[in-house]
Amino acid sequence: MSAPNKSYDPVEVEALKPEEIERIRDEAFAAFAAAGDLDALAQAKTAHTGGTSPLSLANREIGALPPQAKAEAGKRVGQARAAVGRALAARQTELEAERDARVLVEEAVDVTLPYDRTPAGARHPLTTIMERVADVFVAMGYEVAEGPEAEAEWFNFDALNFVPDHPARQMQDTFFVEGADGAKNDESGVVLRTHTSPVQARTLLDREPPVYVVCPGRVYRTDELDATHTPVFHQIELLAVDEGLTMADLKGTLDHMVQALFGPDMKTRLRPNFFPFTEPSAEMDMVCYVCRGESVGNPDRPCRTCGSEGWIELGGCGMVNPKVLIACGVDPQKYSGFAFGFGIERMLMFRHNVEDMRDMVEGDVRFTRPFGMEI
Amino acid sequence: MRVPLSWLREYVDLPPTETGRDVQAKLVAVGLEVETVEQIGAGLKGPLVVGKVLTIEELEGFKKPIRFCTVDVGSANGTGEPQEIVCGARNFAVGDKVVVVLPGAVLPGDFAIAARKTYGRTSHGMICSTDELGMGDDGTHGIIVLPPEHEAGTDAIELLELVDEVLDIAVTPDRGYCLSMRGVARETAIAYGLPLRDPALLDVPAPNAYGYPVKVSDPIGCDRFTARTVVGLQPEARSPIWMQRRLQKAGMRPISLAVDVTNYVMLELGQPLHAYDRTRIDGPIGVRRAEQGEKLTTLDGTVRVLDAADLVITDNRGPIGLAGVMGGANTEIADASEDAHTTEVVIEAAHFDAISIARTARRHKLASEASKRFERGVDPQAAAAAAQRTVDLLVLLAGGTAEAGVTEVSAPSGPRTITMAADHPDKVAGVAYGRETVVRRLQEVGCDAYGQDELLVTAPSWRPDLNEPNDLAEEVIRLEGYENLPSTLPTPPSGRGLTDRQRLHRRVGRALAGAGYVEALNYPFTGEAVLDQLGLEADDARRRTVKLVNPLSDEEPSLRTTLLPGLLGALRRNDGRGSHDLALFETGLVFRPTGQETKPVRLPVDRRPSDEEIATLDAALPRQPRRAAVVLAGAREQAGWWGKGRPADWADSVEAARTIAREAGVDLTVRADQHAPWHPGRCAALYVTVDGEETLFGHAGELHPRVIKELHLPERTCAMEVELDVLEQAVDGALRAPRISTFPVATQDVALVVGQDVPAADVERALREGAGELLETLRLFDVFTGEQIGEGHKSLAYALRFRAADRTLTVDEASAARDAAVALAAERTGAVLRGA
Repeated sequence: MSAPNKSYDPVEVEALKPEEIERIRDEAFAAFAAAGDLDALAQAKTAHTGGTSPLSLANREIGALPPQAKAEAGKRVGQARAAVGRALAARQTELEAERDARVLVEEAVDVTLPYDRTPAGARHPLTTIMERVADVFVAMGYEVAEGPEAEAEWFNFDALNFVPDHPARQMQDTFFVEGADGAKNDESGVVLRTHTSPVQARTLLDREPPVYVVCPGRVYRTDELDATHTPVFHQIELLAVDEGLTMADLKGTLDHMVQALFGPDMKTRLRPNFFPFTEPSAEMDMVCYVCRGESVGNPDRPCRTCGSEGWIELGGCGMVNPKVLIACGVDPQKYSGFAFGFGIERMLMFRHNVEDMRDMVEGDVRFTRPFGMEI
Repeated sequence: MRVPLSWLREYVDLPPTETGRDVQAKLVAVGLEVETVEQIGAGLKGPLVVGKVLTIEELEGFKKPIRFCTVDVGSANGTGEPQEIVCGARNFAVGDKVVVVLPGAVLPGDFAIAARKTYGRTSHGMICSTDELGMGDDGTHGIIVLPPEHEAGTDAIELLELVDEVLDIAVTPDRGYCLSMRGVARETAIAYGLPLRDPALLDVPAPNAYGYPVKVSDPIGCDRFTARTVVGLQPEARSPIWMQRRLQKAGMRPISLAVDVTNYVMLELGQPLHAYDRTRIDGPIGVRRAEQGEKLTTLDGTVRVLDAADLVITDNRGPIGLAGVMGGANTEIADASEDAHTTEVVIEAAHFDAISIARTARRHKLASEASKRFERGVDPQAAAAAAQRTVDLLVLLAGGTAEAGVTEVSAPSGPRTITMAADHPDKVAGVAYGRETVVRRLQEVGCDAYGQDELLVTAPSWRPDLNEPNDLAEEVIRLEGYENLPSTLPTPPSGRGLTDRQRLHRRVGRALAGAGYVEALNYPFTGEAVLDQLGLEADDARRRTVKLVNPLSDEEPSLRTTLLPGLLGALRRNDGRGSHDLALFETGLVFRPTGQETKPVRLPVDRRPSDEEIATLDAALPRQPRRAAVVLAGAREQAGWWGKGRPADWADSVEAARTIAREAGVDLTVRADQHAPWHPGRCAALYVTVDGEETLFGHAGELHPRVIKELHLPERTCAMEVELDVLEQAVDGALRAPRISTFPVATQDVALVVGQDVPAADVERALREGAGELLETLRLFDVFTGEQIGEGHKSLAYALRFRAADRTLTVDEASAARDAAVALAAERTGAVLRGA
């Protein structure tokens, strides 16, 4: 061991000769290059850069040199050590890359393996399509209104200008709720709502015009379940009451809706009809979004969606009958309104090619699952 | 209403080329719902001619009697020789005029006629029945025997009007006048801009005092009664072919001349008529309300027990008809084939109150052609014309003589007038039609309209539906064409989006679907049986149901009080169809009687009801809270190449409730409970805090094995049901963001030994409370039972993570907090630190 200012040792100084430094350095290079893996390189590292490695020993000898020789020897040893360090790092990187490549190959898996550990859930398409339609109007500034399903007859019929005993009241096959007295007649004054329209009356009684609402919900009629009927179904209703609303506004609103739901070049058609709560009243159709009317009179291109009619029946609409406004405390001299309503099941059927109403009713997961979260 | 196009052309000169489809399109545009256009006699091709039966030879030795006939078909067969035809029917005789189809012809249904050998002879054609010609039911089901006046060889296709188009129109309740040819013809004329020949424009003699006596005791129920008498009807007179054909095409069956004429005039003018055999009426005809319990046998042979509100036609004996609905059997016109021929008839053309008729028809479940028309409104001014038309036809076709007496009882009524601003239709439509157009259109539908800016409009008698300015506006707009309305978009004021409640309902659905549940929307109908199967106690609130008067099934007369029956039904259905690993959910209303339902009063509609009045309506309704439920069976996680699967269990159902509560930002408290239909040892009651009060939110767990067996469910089916309305109340404002400390965490694990029946939730609550505010999280990571722990005990292992907001915690601080936690758990639950 030498230390600064100790007596001069010519044997130890031998190690600092340029050729000797070079030799030691090259030995290190060779050892690194020969190291076949990271373990071997770690050994070579200890041997050639560790505390007892020739270069480290040489470095210590510098202190024993006379001051005038220190600088040059220091520079020589320093350069050698740096070169060895670089070589080591380079080889280290090289071997790590090799190892990584090998490990990654070993760790490869079959990424095509199926994974159905937890089957996905889904919301019912009737729920999601109802939300989607509502959202078209919410985006325009409408709000969503709701009401009870077991409803007072006054809201379901009277307030909507269904005069007692008028045939219109029989058009809708009504479930009557038994009165508290248990009498088996239709006089309890409570029914299962036959349409979402009672929400119109509730809304008008509840809010001051202008009123712009949509009312999605479940409704009931005494039909037996078959491929095209269900006693429990869904409707969405729209009501707008404001100053100066016209049938043209109704038409425009319907056009906007079908464009939002079925594409930009869609349009609707109105046909005169009768509903007690609207006057004038209309039946509304939309252009068949599949054939766009091309199937009409064209037997070579029949359309199953519209039955080659070119139009798809949507539902009923019209200008709110002023009698309804009066019953709900709205001044028909000042305000007018329009309303429409249609069946959600039907829309789901023609929008998604559902052929049998029962599929929407039975809750079979094979039907519902593909519809996912949104529609 | 079935409208033969050939008949329609009698009143409107439609272009000859116009097809039924063309007319359909025009009528649809003005608001008549023409559902179908039936092509009658489509594919029919002659020769089809009148033949005269010359000879009949009965052929023997066959299974059924067969006739070999010779028939004179004039020159229709080209030779003028008798045509040889084999025929299996027997309702004709030598000399009868029949309809013969000759070889080369094609009958409806692509039935080509050729000479063919049969029963040992050659048949050169066929003698036809109504069925073979597609004429509809004439009641005979045999060979058509024509009146003798038709010449042999006459074209029968034209004679029998075999080729026609029939428009089938679904008439809406407001358009009663379109239940007549007259009404449809009027609409057709307007749609084409052509003049109408109104069949009701007849010369009618003035009423006089010597007609058949009629006494109307109820002028509100019957505001008009016209009676005419025709005598000397020839008993052998039959309805002419043209009338029979029109009736058949319109969907009615020819019966006898007198009945056919009344039906024909009803179809033509929309006025229901009734013909009484005068010899069978005893004394004056009366109109009054029935006496409660009075009996009447109607024409259909049914004995009706009458209600005091029923309007009846009477004679001295009592009721002889249910006014406007159906006549009585005791004054029925005798059929021509019977011995007692009717030779004198009294014709009734009356106008009855629509609501009264509607109620009677409904009460007796008797919807007749007459009641259908009266309910929808009949033109009161048409009664006299209809009676006249009937008289004319009976005189013409039955050789009768009209008696001079004309009875007319009528209650005075003025014309209905409506005042309407001339620009009202413009304002309703959003189109500037202008006064001139408005007046012209109103006149087209039969209104009188006078005035400039303000129109005084008189509605025609056949339009009882025109009462308000909007009714008139509709007439103008529909005739101007709905298809010509412009499309404009109103701008609503800015909306507030969905309410918190609506957003919560959507989030709950999404969260459950995200957790692997599939939504099912089940019918809310239920019955006792399933409530029994669920094992509900007799006094369980869920047994108090809202019942329907007219359920679809007697087994399910009630509305659901719980979502589980429907959802479990869907689970079973899926399982039965081979899907065994199931997780379903539903959200929807249940119906809970309040027990305080009042009978709602009938509120007025001519003003806004008061808030109190509206409150009485709402008080009549059951409570209808929105609930959410899930059911699970089979594997929650499937087995696969990744390892084992995991069966769905009670914990999944409780977790579903937590998932829902999390969407509302509400903490859920779970307690052991015993509640049907759940397994008594695996049932959790779920609570949330509403206004500082712990409130029951619902239940979750594994179903009772007995319930599973009763309902044939998969083993270990689990379920959860909660009331979303409670959750909504538990929402406590907007979430306050947690403060995130960046100082290091200090972790401490503890294992506590407690009695087997100590709920983990209690231990956890004590630990949290004892640990104080330094506790960041606490997690139960193991539950262990075994010999080391001791009989009747379990070990709960918790990981506690401590962190301070403002400093790095020392080991001592963390340990002190842990010790405090353990100490409180020991005090509250008897927990002993394991290994201590």
